[in-house]
Amino acid sequence: MTETMSAKSAGASEIADEGVNRSLWGDVRYELARKPLFWVSLMLVLVILTMAFFPQLWASESPNARGACDLANARGKPTWDHPFGYTTAGCDMWSSLVWGTGKSVILAILVTAGTTILGVLLGTAAGYYGGGTDTIISRITDIFFGLPFILGALVFLALFPERNVYTLTLVFVVFGWTSLTRVMRGSVIATKQKDFIDAARALGASDLFIIRKHVIANSIAPVIVLATIALGTYISAEATLTFLGVGYQRPAASWGLLVADGQTLALAGFWHLLVYPCAFIVTTVLAFILLGDVLRDALDPRNR
Amino acid sequence: MTDILSNGHHRAIRTPLDALAFDEDAPLLEVRDLQVEFHTRDGLAHAVNGVSFVLEAGETLGILGESGCGKSVTAQAIMGILDTPPAKIAGGEVRYRGVDLLSLDESVRRHVRANRIAMIFQDALSALNPVFTVGWQLGEPARKHSGASRADARRRAVELLDMVGIPAAKERVSDYPHQFSGGMRQRVMIAMALALEPDVIIADEPTTALDVTVQAQVMDLLAGLQKELQLGLVLITHDMGVVADVADKICVMYAGGAVEQANVYDIYEKPAHPYTKALLESIPRIDQKGQDLTVIKGLPPVLTDRPPGCSFNPRCQYARGNCAHDEPPLYDVPGGRKSACHYWEEVLGS
Amino acid sequence: MGRYVARRLIQFIPVILGTLFLLHMLSTLTIQIVGDPVRALFGPNAPPQAIIEELQARYNLDDPCLEQTGNPCVGLFVDRIGQYASGDFGVNFRGRSVMEMFLERFPVTARLTVIALAFEIVVGITAGVLAGLKKDKLIDNLVRFTTVVLIAFPVFVFGSLALLLVGLKIGLPLRNSDWAPEWLGQMLNVGYDPDYPWLSLVLPGIVLGAFSLAAIARLTRTSLIENLRSDYVRTARAKGLGARDIVGVHTLRNSLIPVITYIGIDIGFLLGGSLVTEGIFNIPGVGQLVFLAIQANDAPVIIGVVTILTVVFLVSNLVVDILYAALDPRIRYD
Repeated sequence: MTETMSAKSAGASEIADEGVNRSLWGDVRYELARKPLFWVSLMLVLVILTMAFFPQLWASESPNARGACDLANARGKPTWDHPFGYTTAGCDMWSSLVWGTGKSVILAILVTAGTTILGVLLGTAAGYYGGGTDTIISRITDIFFGLPFILGALVFLALFPERNVYTLTLVFVVFGWTSLTRVMRGSVIATKQKDFIDAARALGASDLFIIRKHVIANSIAPVIVLATIALGTYISAEATLTFLGVGYQRPAASWGLLVADGQTLALAGFWHLLVYPCAFIVTTVLAFILLGDVLRDALDPRNR
Repeated sequence: MTDILSNGHHRAIRTPLDALAFDEDAPLLEVRDLQVEFHTRDGLAHAVNGVSFVLEAGETLGILGESGCGKSVTAQAIMGILDTPPAKIAGGEVRYRGVDLLSLDESVRRHVRANRIAMIFQDALSALNPVFTVGWQLGEPARKHSGASRADARRRAVELLDMVGIPAAKERVSDYPHQFSGGMRQRVMIAMALALEPDVIIADEPTTALDVTVQAQVMDLLAGLQKELQLGLVLITHDMGVVADVADKICVMYAGGAVEQANVYDIYEKPAHPYTKALLESIPRIDQKGQDLTVIKGLPPVLTDRPPGCSFNPRCQYARGNCAHDEPPLYDVPGGRKSACHYWEEVLGS
Repeated sequence: MGRYVARRLIQFIPVILGTLFLLHMLSTLTIQIVGDPVRALFGPNAPPQAIIEELQARYNLDDPCLEQTGNPCVGLFVDRIGQYASGDFGVNFRGRSVMEMFLERFPVTARLTVIALAFEIVVGITAGVLAGLKKDKLIDNLVRFTTVVLIAFPVFVFGSLALLLVGLKIGLPLRNSDWAPEWLGQMLNVGYDPDYPWLSLVLPGIVLGAFSLAAIARLTRTSLIENLRSDYVRTARAKGLGARDIVGVHTLRNSLIPVITYIGIDIGFLLGGSLVTEGIFNIPGVGQLVFLAIQANDAPVIIGVVTILTVVFLVSNLVVDILYAALDPRIRYD
């Protein structure tokens, strides 16, 4: 009896669910497609992603390859052949920047994936079950919020003698999961009060089924927006920590290290050492934030 | 009433209102062929399409209709508080004592609000500002319009709370809106509308958000104050029971237009428009226990895509061929009534 | 209000203890996994065991539980809380008290933070209100565009570029010229000058506050637009109030409530950002202390200063929360 009930409710709710989602995402697609800013930021993000995963498409020679860098060229100013000049280590600036993209972007993607999974799971548990579960998760979130991101990350990274993409990801996830959890929790609480959840429950659907089919699908939108923006801010945070000396270590080709190198020398007239790495960082962060911003506008029904 | 009250109309301060030539013999409030449009993504919507009525002092007019029929937009257009854009008043007149309010500059017109015409909103919790005390908000009109001092404004607020029957007004005046119960909050709303002794009050679904028992109390209060102060009251509601009790005449709206106007007795006795008739038949009645309720089939038209002819024709049981293309005018019906139905005689006779 | 403050103070105790415990537990765990920082300090040329043990004792790193991976070291935490309560936040590798170094440098950082806060609040709220009132008009698009770009600039990028372009290319000629007033050159200085304790912090303060300025402007804009659509603003219009009262009295106060909350979070961001700003502009503040400690691998100073900054952050958050209740009666009567 219960089985037929839940099978029936499964069929009914799937239809309802598709109806809700199709109209919501259809509207979003319509909103997005007519926004030039969406296409610009999407193109930028795609370019950055290809640089991160296939740097050889953009700069044939890796700066880490044997013989790629020549100290004789160190700090070389831009020329016609090398419009971006040379780094302090005598590598071509353009290929250093292109090959350094992956370091920042892959870290940011890993951190975003980690924090999103944690945030969705914990936020859903807290928002849907409420009560004791909610209290425990919310109090732990509060305590993590008491530790500002940069300060917290700094202490632990400073204690690690060796830092690579995995240790950085770990520390970032430990300090980054809270905001997504809070947003997901709020969104789930709002969804939970909708009538279709009551309807599904009245039809005898199990909690897990309701969460999978209804709650997550209808609560995820603000998390997607925030995660896109967070991806940009993680890139910014990694570069900041690397700049401070607790992120990637030499001889890795990383944007933060290039800015750190260029910062003092720029004052001595080698402006290209500072301006180009800065431009790469800012453009990348901007691309993700813009994309998130456009998504937010499109997902916000009040803007229609 | 006390001295402070009387500075409502006969205050010493000159306001832009003093320059207006109000004609005390003209009707208190007269709306003529009001047209309001909304620009939406789906096109132009005629939210109000030629509504007219006259209201005299001491009279209560009920505007009746389902949600989305344009009754709230009508109220906000009369008050002049529509959001423009997206809304636009496309035509018509709103005359208060002979002066067309739509032709006034906003700097003058805002003084008409609260001083002459005030409004009561549906949901008092969201209509009152959550961060100021009730006393502060009640005293604000006196401070801003009559130049009352803070102490006077507060005294006035206590007086108003007393007037609408809030116990311990002296203490409650320093409470915030969220500390009041729903019914008490709606009384505060009423008190605020009365702050400057207006002669017209527009109440937009004043009791809809309340429990049934509280609804009756609030409605009694409003009706009592209307009689005592000889106000012209425009009562907007979807509840036929509410208007039956207190209204003198009724204007039924459907899809942005007025479809029937009559005094309350006539309209309940013999409706002259199929929509009114259908509405009356859909009220559950004790003497028809056990019978099926009549429902109005179909949905009201989408305002951006109004059918040609009579807008009620797709749902109407009296509809004939010409209803689908001839838009019915407001026909005069004997007894000073009006009906926008080609076959009003048939409806009246059935 | 009094009851609300009392309740907030009582709630504050578990939060501060929890945060300090988190800081303690994570640092303990890291030391348990990667080895203690005294040995890391010396690297391969380690001094005799006796000296290491003496140093470990001095830095509170001699507790045997630090060698048992996974042990939360509750005993050590209780000891530390006792020391924190008496103002002892450890010593650096040369034996100076962290608290003493902190207090010496704190006034500069406080001035820098005040400048940043004042700048971001005044400019941010003004820009946000202008944009919100003229939604979708030129000024709104301008504010939205500028703020997105500002958010995309990490503090260290903005600081480095400002140092190069403003401090050097514009400021230096001004300071060397005869015609420009002294204060103008000092406002655009490349570093801190003790003779101008406020003026020379203006450029770093702007750099530090730029990110939050953008956030405040956007938050003010969104919340103003939302409140302008609210029912109580419609009521205010029905009361015949003028535009100035409707926006200035009825909308602004409600719109600033989320901004106040943001400022609480922002103080934490500013404290983190001051590390970068003070490093770049060579400002002898608390941030520079950490900046130098990172380069010297002086872990006790990093842990000590971050602990103090966390306490500062939590206390200012408490103050902001109480301020919030003063603005929003719904909170304090809950």
